[in-house]
Amino acid sequence: MRLFRLAPTAVLVLAVVAPAAAAPDPVRGEQVYGRCLACHALAYDRVGPRHCGLIGRPAGSVPGFVYSPAMKRSGIVWSERALDRFLAAPMKAMPGTAMTYDGIADAKERADLIAYLEQAGRSAECAAPPR
Amino acid sequence: MSFFSMPDPATARRLFLGRSGRVLSGAAVALLAGNHRLAAAADPATAGDAQILNTALGAELEAIAAYQLGAESKLLQKPALDLALAFQAHHKEHADLLSKTVEKLGGKPVAAKAKYDFPVAQLKAQADVLRFAAKLEQGAVSAYLGAVPLFGNRDLAKAAASILGDEAMHWAILRQVLGETPVPAAFVA
Repeated sequence: MRLFRLAPTAVLVLAVVAPAAAAPDPVRGEQVYGRCLACHALAYDRVGPRHCGLIGRPAGSVPGFVYSPAMKRSGIVWSERALDRFLAAPMKAMPGTAMTYDGIADAKERADLIAYLEQAGRSAECAAPPR
Repeated sequence: MSFFSMPDPATARRLFLGRSGRVLSGAAVALLAGNHRLAAAADPATAGDAQILNTALGAELEAIAAYQLGAESKLLQKPALDLALAFQAHHKEHADLLSKTVEKLGGKPVAAKAKYDFPVAQLKAQADVLRFAAKLEQGAVSAYLGAVPLFGNRDLAKAAASILGDEAMHWAILRQVLGETPVPAAFVA
């Protein structure tokens, strides 16, 4: 049963050489954010609402922005996890949303984008008073 | 005649504008020719299609306003000004078609806002205006790309893809004018 004796060693070797999941990269996330720029900006509302202050914000809560009924009644608070789920497939995660976008299928791209949104939320642009 | 054999940029531009007009008209004809099918399909998928088009319409209306801001800024000189006005005219055609199609689908087209919020303070030179426009066009390409797979009606997906192609050309040309690599990758996302 030499094979079984080798197995733990093989697992250990695999664990050592397998690349760790790369940390979310906000620089790459800013590039991904380019996809959002038809409808969104950080500091002001456009076709979609502003993104400053997004993390931790209840969905549908930017004053003066007209949301879809689906978004207003969603009860979501935009945590990293909630954003990740929504961005993967917005119209499946929230039927009736006005964000008619197929989604970002790549989990790493979503993580990078969310890291960028978190970082941007602490930027000078977002520190300025809302327009 | 190929774009690559144009004697000068003005001739190429005339050809480009003429061709892009014909392409959009082709998409418009395809949509309007399918009116009876669109009007007949009063189901959730149709309502979903109308919502997708209405979101796109909102973005097109904002793009029209953004190019108007650029044109009136006195920061754009010819030929960049002509380019901006030509692209704005395309967005007007897109908006007109989208609006009519939303109506055909039984929806209510969104109207242009009375006032748009643009980063005016950051626009101090021609390059700033063109870079702002390029980012809007890049976003529009991604938005249409993200919308195409969602349509229930394949004619609408085709029309959206036609608009996507037009806006990708806008983005590439604006990048070229800015001295950037006009087509930065083999795929758009």
